[in-house]
Amino acid sequence: MPHDKTNESHLHPPPLITFTGVQKTYDGEHLVVKDLNLTIRQGEFVTLLGPSGSGKTTCLMMLAGFEVPTSGDIFLRAQRLNSVPPHKRNFGMVFQNYALFPHMTVEENIRYPLKTRRMPAAEADRKVAHILDMIQLRDFAKRRPTQLSGGQQQRVALARSLVFEPQLVLMDEPLGALDKQLREQMQLEIKHLHERLGLTVVFVTHDQSEALTMSDRVAVFNDGVIQQIDTPTNLYEHPANAFVAQFIGENNTLAGRIQSVEGRHCRVSFGDGFSTGALIGNGLAVGDATRLSIRPERVKLNGSAQGLPNRLQARIREFIYLGDHLRVRCELAGNDEFMARVPVDDFESSMQPGDVIELGWRDEDVRALDAS
Amino acid sequence: MSANLTATMSPAKPGGNLKAQLRRAERLRKLKAIGLVAPLALFLIVVFVVPIGNMLWRSVDNTELDSVMPLTAEGLRHWDGSGLPDEATLAAFAAELRDSRQGGGLGRISRRLNYEDSRYRSLLMNTLRGLPTVDAVGPDTDWVATLAEIDPAWGETETWLGIQRTAPTTTDRYLLASLDLQRGADGEIQRVAERDRLYLSVFQRTLVIAGGVTLICLALGFPLAYLLATLPAKTSNMLMILVLLPFWTSLLVRTAAWIILLQSNGLVNQSLLFTGLIDSPLQLVFNRIGVFFAMVHILLPFMVLPLYSVMKGISPSYQRAAVSLGAHPFAAFWQVYVPQTISGVAAGTILVFIMALGYYITPALVGGPADQMVSYYVAYYTNTTNNWGMAAALGSLLLVVTLLLYLVYHRLVNRKQLIRS
Repeated sequence: MPHDKTNESHLHPPPLITFTGVQKTYDGEHLVVKDLNLTIRQGEFVTLLGPSGSGKTTCLMMLAGFEVPTSGDIFLRAQRLNSVPPHKRNFGMVFQNYALFPHMTVEENIRYPLKTRRMPAAEADRKVAHILDMIQLRDFAKRRPTQLSGGQQQRVALARSLVFEPQLVLMDEPLGALDKQLREQMQLEIKHLHERLGLTVVFVTHDQSEALTMSDRVAVFNDGVIQQIDTPTNLYEHPANAFVAQFIGENNTLAGRIQSVEGRHCRVSFGDGFSTGALIGNGLAVGDATRLSIRPERVKLNGSAQGLPNRLQARIREFIYLGDHLRVRCELAGNDEFMARVPVDDFESSMQPGDVIELGWRDEDVRALDAS
Repeated sequence: MSANLTATMSPAKPGGNLKAQLRRAERLRKLKAIGLVAPLALFLIVVFVVPIGNMLWRSVDNTELDSVMPLTAEGLRHWDGSGLPDEATLAAFAAELRDSRQGGGLGRISRRLNYEDSRYRSLLMNTLRGLPTVDAVGPDTDWVATLAEIDPAWGETETWLGIQRTAPTTTDRYLLASLDLQRGADGEIQRVAERDRLYLSVFQRTLVIAGGVTLICLALGFPLAYLLATLPAKTSNMLMILVLLPFWTSLLVRTAAWIILLQSNGLVNQSLLFTGLIDSPLQLVFNRIGVFFAMVHILLPFMVLPLYSVMKGISPSYQRAAVSLGAHPFAAFWQVYVPQTISGVAAGTILVFIMALGYYITPALVGGPADQMVSYYVAYYTNTTNNWGMAAALGSLLLVVTLLLYLVYHRLVNRKQLIRS
């Protein structure tokens, strides 16, 4: 269970970056970023997460200075950043394909930001040596980037963006080109660097598990708007709307209508005579159409469903074996993509595809969200 | 048969057998590959390798006398060069001279001998007319006296020395002449008289024009290629068509168009006069300026295309990365972008330079007498004077100069790349 950091991140490190009312359009017709307000605090690891075209990269590019906001302001502490050219912002940046200079050695790449800052040679030597040790690539100092593996290139890119001790590090899908295993290893490495060096990081990705693993807070983008900005735990457990619920983690959705509301709880009818209790989302009232969101791991089967307040009949369509757990695809109320996730130990081997079984869940595991 | 096959394919014999199997399997592939390139290879050998080999040979070829007057040539090769050649050689000379009227042999040797001294042609013609008939000649004919009677020149050692110089089957005179050198009376290599010197300055001029055109093309082509590579695809495709547009018309037409544009009452001069920038027409054509105008125009696409293809492959994130690391955009461009274009610059400059070295029609049309390049003289010797030896020697030297420059350049670019990277 991830540790809930809600309180920590709202302790009082001062805001480092503030977006106020930022809009961006490329064609003058539709907005890529709409009325963005975002505060990034000192020492925070904030991830901008969203599908491609959601505006997250544009936000990063505006922060880096490669794009100019069409309206609104970006502040670094009290300084308005809009008119500061990118090379004067003193932000480290890691690019999607690392952008290591192919005609320079590893060492020259890392030294480059120190050279542009006209740092004395002795001091630069010391810093480069230090950071090469940190990324454990001292023996590769004289190599060309193309002679390194993907993971090593990634570390060099990271070292190059950190060696001049920037006040903010921007990362634009830096792990996208790595294979799964290496990516997970690098996620942890970056996270540990962040903690050890007290960096402030803005990280862009479309990979939700990456966002959940690394971040203090995640801003979920869609259609140029931040749908929700929260800790990983809250995003997963308390999605603000159907998009977030769908985008973060696996999710079953059922279209229904709200029958009654009682405090935070409500009753929703769906399908042909089915109904369930649920937690009600913001702005919904009796009679509204809604979209129910249930995580597959909250759905219990047959015996485990005993004693739960919501129990419904479903038909097994398929078993998908995944080693540590089993996914059971069921047909529930006409939706035959309804997934339940069962630990292998809890599985009753007598079940067969085509059997009718009982699914069960608690009211708290279901969220009635906007129907859009 | 099938039993045999099974036996060879069975894994019972590992090791060396595996290699044999691999070879067998690869053989078909190799044959296929050879079959695919064979037509082109054959074509290249017939129209490229053989003619170039032929040209290289012709630059030292000296077989005119040997093929038309084999006995005379043989006799002269053994002559010590003092007094006159022996009687047998003179007799053979007279007989072979008489026979040389058939099959154009006379024309060949008189042309060749004229390179030594321009009086040989008429000497040979006169001698031929004065030769006694075959019937009047016997084994006891005194050829020294007979020939001297026809023309006193045959009594002079110098005359025979001149012919002797054409007797060996190879010569370096064309190559030497192409470098403004010659062999003196004593056989030592020496420079030709100051007023006869020409080719060194022609080579120098050729290199200067080709180098100048290359530099101008690079200066104009680099920003254009950069623009093409950074613009959105739709616009850059449109501009690329404009870059390639010149290829749609013949080189001759484009060159002629430049004459029309640049002449004294041409469009350019008219506009300049009209705007009052100049008072009298500028001389823009039939001089070096015209040559540069026309050649740069024709060769620019050959600079832009390799540059473009290299620049297209350079991600814009490199410059962004450099800027994010604190480099001024100009510094980022110079330190990070330009070094990555080196291979394109190298390809473009070498392509343009080598093409420019061989330019003939354009300088011939829009240049003045002092702007003619080596190819002009190659064409002159081939078409006008039929001196294939000189044409081949100039061509061979141009080839050698080109190859040498290419080697130097190749080494420079490689080293530069190593140092910078």
